[in-house]
Amino acid sequence: MKEIKFILNGKEVSVEADPLKRLLDVLREDEKMTGVKEGCGEGECGACAVLKDGVLVNSCMIPLGAAEGSEIVTPEGIRETDKGKCIIDAFGDAGAVQCGFCTPGMMMATEALLTINNKPNESEIREALSGNLCRCTGYDLIVKGVQIASERGKDLW
Amino acid sequence: MVDSYRPKDLKDALSIRAEYNPQPLAGGTDLMVRYQSWSGTLPLFTKSVMFVGHLKEMKYIKKEAKDKTVTLVIGGTATLTDVANNPDTPEVLKKAVLSIAAPALRNNATLTGNICNASPAGDSICALYALDAVIVIEKNGGSREVPIMEFITGPGRTVLGSDELVTAIKIPLKASSVNDFTKVGTRRANALSKLSFTGVADYKNGRIDSIALTFGAVGPTVVRSVELEKKLIGLSGSELKARIPKVIDDYSTVIVPIDDQRSTAVYRKKVALNLLEKYLKELSSHE
Repeated sequence: MKEIKFILNGKEVSVEADPLKRLLDVLREDEKMTGVKEGCGEGECGACAVLKDGVLVNSCMIPLGAAEGSEIVTPEGIRETDKGKCIIDAFGDAGAVQCGFCTPGMMMATEALLTINNKPNESEIREALSGNLCRCTGYDLIVKGVQIASERGKDLW
Repeated sequence: MVDSYRPKDLKDALSIRAEYNPQPLAGGTDLMVRYQSWSGTLPLFTKSVMFVGHLKEMKYIKKEAKDKTVTLVIGGTATLTDVANNPDTPEVLKKAVLSIAAPALRNNATLTGNICNASPAGDSICALYALDAVIVIEKNGGSREVPIMEFITGPGRTVLGSDELVTAIKIPLKASSVNDFTKVGTRRANALSKLSFTGVADYKNGRIDSIALTFGAVGPTVVRSVELEKKLIGLSGSELKARIPKVIDDYSTVIVPIDDQRSTAVYRKKVALNLLEKYLKELSSHE
């Protein structure tokens, strides 16, 4: 066990844990950030996606010790922001949410995409979401959600 | 439960590696899956772990010029995304890296980790064999450079000593006008290769001046035959075109894949030779 500090959604937090504990488990269990979901647990589904120092990563594949001192942003960290609200509304209006389990990860991937490319075309959107699995929608409605967010949020990103 | 170390810099990392021989962990995208346990429990590492992904002094990609040769040097903690975004990355390596998994994984995984994992299906490895990459290895009080074909000795096996770390990968930047990297997998994202192929070649005065042909996931390591490549040096495009059936015959003896959960030996061999034929036809039409 070791005391490990990192920045979570803008605030410094300190966690007493084994440095090999998965960041995913630290976020869900120690920090109660349950917007981060566990799907496959092996980096293929993107349900556990968070931002680490500004880039999209799978929190199931990151031991806590590798995240020491990093800035981590979870879905809870963006949902109250203008950008987060824009994505949430766009996904809702597009019907991009069915069971909802993949949605937090999809929204983090959308935030990461729009940050580096605020006018993505369809193939760029599909590439950016390629690490996020959805078993309900068939993806078209999610792509539509990202397109709506990109149009409405052109002054945000 | 195993110990873990978080060195403050490379020097510290080399000392820890020499003293405790821990498993280095950069992005963790292979290791965290290999030692994965139940949800909510610790991964089951079998030996101590040393985090290295945060070591800033190895997070770089730079060009070095020496004796008319320009070399791309990729630091040990540069991620696959860093490699794909670098304007000097050779085309086949860029394509290989972008064929790996998906953005979130590439943001975290390192090129060095992909090499040290030494999977026969490692996509970057197939391209790096064709590019004559050299692995830079350091330990306390010494360093050495090993060509990638000698670095990897078998599936998951390398010549890396228990007190050593890979600190960089060097790629000589050579003229190469006809380039191909093709990966065959079950889907475009997040699929491990059934097989992969890399071809790089250049003509000088209408004759093949350099050529490298490599095949991933069709043997215990990436397959490259320098001997067979030598037979193609000096050919013109039309001479190559006439020789293609013979070249395919030659390669059918060195490509000896196996059946596993991802594909069959028959499929792998057939598709590998088809990709080779397609590349050679393309190459023969250039000169």
